[in-house]
Order: sequence, then structure tokens, then C-alpha cells
Amino acid sequence: MSAPQIEIQLIASLVAIACAIPGVFLVLRKMALISDAISHSILPGIVIGFFITHDLSSPLLIFLAALTGVITVVLVEFIQKTGLVKEDTAIGLVFPAMFSIGVLLIAKNASDVHMDVDAVLLGELAFAPFERFDMGGTDMGPKSLWVIGIILLVTLALLFAFFKELKVSTFDVGLSSALGFSPVVMHYGLMSVSSVTIVGAFDAVGAILVVALMISPAATAYLLTNNLKKMILLSVLFGVFSAISGYWLAHYLDASIAGSITAMLMLLFLMVYLFAPSKGLIAVLHRQKRQRIEVSLLTFLLHLNNHSEISERHINHLNEHINWQKVRSRTVLRLASDNNMILINDQVVSLTEKGKSFTAQALEYIITNKEEHIEHLKKDFFLFRG
Amino acid sequence: MEPKIAVSIDDLTVAYNYKPVLWDIDLAIPEGVLMAIVGPNGAGKSTLIKAILGIIEPIAGSIAIYGKPYHKQRQLVAYVPQKGSVDWDFPTTALDVVTMGTYGSLGWIKRPGAKQKKAALEALEKVGMLSFKNRQISQLSGGQQQRIFLARALVQNASIYFMDEPFQGVDATTEKAIIIILKELRKAGKTLIVVHHDLQTVPEYFDWVTFLNVKKIATGPVSSIFNDDNLTKTYGINYKVSVQE
Repeated sequence: MSAPQIEIQLIASLVAIACAIPGVFLVLRKMALISDAISHSILPGIVIGFFITHDLSSPLLIFLAALTGVITVVLVEFIQKTGLVKEDTAIGLVFPAMFSIGVLLIAKNASDVHMDVDAVLLGELAFAPFERFDMGGTDMGPKSLWVIGIILLVTLALLFAFFKELKVSTFDVGLSSALGFSPVVMHYGLMSVSSVTIVGAFDAVGAILVVALMISPAATAYLLTNNLKKMILLSVLFGVFSAISGYWLAHYLDASIAGSITAMLMLLFLMVYLFAPSKGLIAVLHRQKRQRIEVSLLTFLLHLNNHSEISERHINHLNEHINWQKVRSRTVLRLASDNNMILINDQVVSLTEKGKSFTAQALEYIITNKEEHIEHLKKDFFLFRG
Repeated sequence: MEPKIAVSIDDLTVAYNYKPVLWDIDLAIPEGVLMAIVGPNGAGKSTLIKAILGIIEPIAGSIAIYGKPYHKQRQLVAYVPQKGSVDWDFPTTALDVVTMGTYGSLGWIKRPGAKQKKAALEALEKVGMLSFKNRQISQLSGGQQQRIFLARALVQNASIYFMDEPFQGVDATTEKAIIIILKELRKAGKTLIVVHHDLQTVPEYFDWVTFLNVKKIATGPVSSIFNDDNLTKTYGINYKVSVQE
């Protein structure tokens, strides 16, 4: 690997980490779309900052652009508060307006601004190593590495300092406010960090793909864990994995790096969406199918419980009576006899002791709806799983 | 001797978009009562609690907790929001949610440690949920989730408890468990203010009641003011409930 290759992967990884962290909280706060709005509406801030500083990595430019991001959030909330327009509509109104101002500014000043719309949308990660940070004649590495490095350090410091406040204000706004952790302060803190991160990542991955880096690692991690800390760690891991594998995908396909990183993010999400152990689509479908069979089993057991007469308990009669297709009644019969709940004598089905007590407990649960009655059942039986 | 006033509210008006939801409320809640706030939907019951706790900014009036503004008395107050106000799919456990009750005493930045964890475990035990401490919160039933919220308030170790519909959507066992704990708290001299929906149980559960419907209709001991007259004034229809003497 050449030095620029390593530098590009390093920048991409740091961008991914810096985006993943606020991304987790945006996803949990159901504010994913806000990152889209910010990423577009910082454009006029970047252009105006560039007129003043002529340097894309100047702190003033980053500050101005991030400020435009926060102004967007304020504008969206203001429009929404009037009650004339719903929140998603307000987002959809504000960010294209801001973005268009940026596009017009670029077009009118094309000769002064070293920027084109393609770069704005997709970033220029491949060129990042060319912009060097020069300190007294010594080469200190690419400028974007420093910019995103510093942003990441600040983000990490804030995350460690305010983890508990972020958690409580995300989970329970009312309690957070009552305890004195102002949700408004936390909200704008998160919006500011998101804006600064998006500005820092903008140069590398552009306005459209930065959203993917914020939202998709968090959405993927959400399907895999029930622990906030693990969710953040997994998001970071997914971000870095996609950044590096995306870089090499782009290398082999000779395609856009940002595009390839996003493709990897989406691929990763798709895999987890399908195969995640308990929240994945396949697991959910499997569970639903199993629950249908378990409900059928209970129906069957209740029927046996209600009827002592032999004619009602003959296998053929059960088929007609409960009106199941052959396959399902066979599954249910096998399930019941595998669990020693029924005995079949001469094609006549009867409940065993275990079957009777299970049915009685299940009935009591259905009637009283008291969870404690089935806590122990959950371990012994399979009906109430999930 | 007159009992101390735990919460006093003067001329409180709260409005959403210029429409008053609470209008000129005067209310003095004596220390040590177990008080129900009753009233129809949209009467401003939750809003009253939120205004007292500074979650909503009133447009007029003043509120005092033991004579001082709420933000100076946070440590004395615990809050149980409506169960439906949070996302139970949030990636966290029962123990972690209860530990959130200790955040107020910790203040900014400081993290909960062994002492806070111990307090949270004790509170979980009190509500009979210790064996569920590592359960993801979405895996709990409605009643269990409500107990977790109650445990979180217990951990705050407050003098005044505000609870927003703690009996909503819970099973009969949980309802009994919760009312036992509330009565214990009152016995220990705490003040409890509970938004309540089930008028039938008011005389059995509470000793103090406030009728609210945008305006305050009446407030006082259940035994003397929980009657058809006040119910009719509050709910606007002819109300008949038998009050056990």
C-alpha cells in the first residue's frame, strides 16, 4: 500500500467513526432525516466561508458551515411550531432552499470558488492526500486528516463526559427535564456536534453520502443489540469496516470511493436486516410462523380438554372439526406428542397429565392475563417464547 | 397545628398556542397527602404536573416547592411520567432505567457508581422486579414497565412524588403492588400527587383529591369533597358514584 492509500483509508475511517457516534443518537431520537437536512443546508455556509478564508479546512469555515446547520434545525422547528406545516414537510422545505442558495453562490462565483457541484454531492476523498498540512516547512500529513481527527476527538470527549445526559434525554425527555438536564441544551448540543461532523466529513464524502455514514451504521447496530454502549461500539465498527472495504471495492472497480463505501454500508445493513438473530427479518418471520403453530397447538389442547367423548377426539374428526389442513394438523399432533402432552390410542387422542396442567395454566394466563403465571412456563414450554 | 404546604401554586395559567389548558389555578397541597388529580381528557392534569416540574413554561403564575422555586428543590422531587411517553424499544435494561433515577443527585458529567447501582437494585426489589434487572425493557409487560418507572422514582428518594397515570394499562396485581407502595410512602411522611383515571377507586386509594377541568373545581380531603356535585361540575354530566363512608 502506498502512503496516500493509507492516508485515504485513515481519513475514511475517522470520518466513519465521527459520523457513527452522533448517528446513534439521531436514530434513537427518530431524527435521521435531520442529518440529511443539515448535510445539504451547510452548503451556503461552506461557500460563504470559502469566500472569506479561501481554505476549505479553515476553522472559521467549519464554524460558519456548522452554524448554517444549526440555523436549519432552528428554522425547521420554527416553521413546525406555527402549526401550519408538519415537521417532515418543514424539513423538506428548508434544506432544498438552503442548498439552492449554495448552488447559486457556486455558479455565480465559479471563477473564485474552487468547487463544483459534483464534488459537493459526492466528495473528493481520492484528492484528500494532496492538500497537505504544512507546519514550518515540515509535512504534517493531509489537512483533512487533521480536521476530522480534531472533530472526532471533541466528539469522543463530549460523548464520554455527557453519556448519561445524552442517554436520559434521548430515552425520557420529561424525566431529563425534571432532573435538571435540559433537553433543549442536549438537543442543540447534539445538533451542533452533528453539524460540525457533517462539515468535517463533507469534503471527504459529500452531502449525500455523509447521511449514509451517520444513519446506516446506527440502524444496523440497532438490530443487533439491546445495549446503548454496544450499539455505539458496533456502529463505529461497521463504519470503519465499510470505510476500508469500500475503499478497496472502489480500487478494484475503479469507481467513486464514497459511492463504494455507501454500497458496503447498505450491503452490511441488508445482511443484518435479513439475518440478525432476534430482530432480523428471517428471525421475525420464523417466530411468527412458530407462534401460529403454537396457537394452533393451544386451540387443539383446549378442544381436547373440553371434550371427553371419544367421537370428538378421533384424529379424523379433529381434522374436520378444527378445520385445519392435513399438514398443519400433523405438525400440531407431532408437536403435542413430542412434548408428551397427548397420547394417541387407536387414533383417539387424549391429554396426558402434563398436557392437562399445561392447558390449565395456559387457560389461567389467558383469563387473568397475569404474567407471573407463565414466567416459569416460559422456560418449560415453548408457547410463550418471544 | 396546620400541616406544612408541600406544593403551592398561585394563579397558574398554561397555554398551548394561545389556547389556555390550565386557567388561573390556585392550589395548596399539604405535606403528607396521597392526592389524586381527576378530570376528563384534556382537563390539563398532565400539564399541571409538567408545569410544576418546569417541563412546560407557564404563561403566568408561580409555583413553589416548600416555599422555593422548583429548580432549587429538584432533589426533593421524584417524577413518574406517563408510560407511553417513552420509546420502550430503546436499547437498555430495567436496571439501567432505574439507575436513571440517581442521575439527578449526581448532577452533570459524574457517572453512576456502585452506590447508585445498589440503590437501583434495592428499588427493583421493592417493586418485585429484581429478577428482571437485566431484561431488555421492550421484553417487559405493561405492568412490569410501570413498576420499573415506579422503582426509578423510589431511587430518587424524594419527599414529593409526582405520578402521571401510574395505573394505566397495568394488570390488577401490579395495581395492588403499586398502591401498597404508595401508601407506604405516605406513611413515611411523603407527599404523593397522582394523575388518576378510575373514579371508582379514588375513595379506596387516596385521602386527598383535586378536581380539575382547565380550571380548578375543588380540592380537599376525599371524605368531604368527593361527591356527585363536584364530579358533575368537573365532568359536565350528571354523575353518580357511591362513596364509601
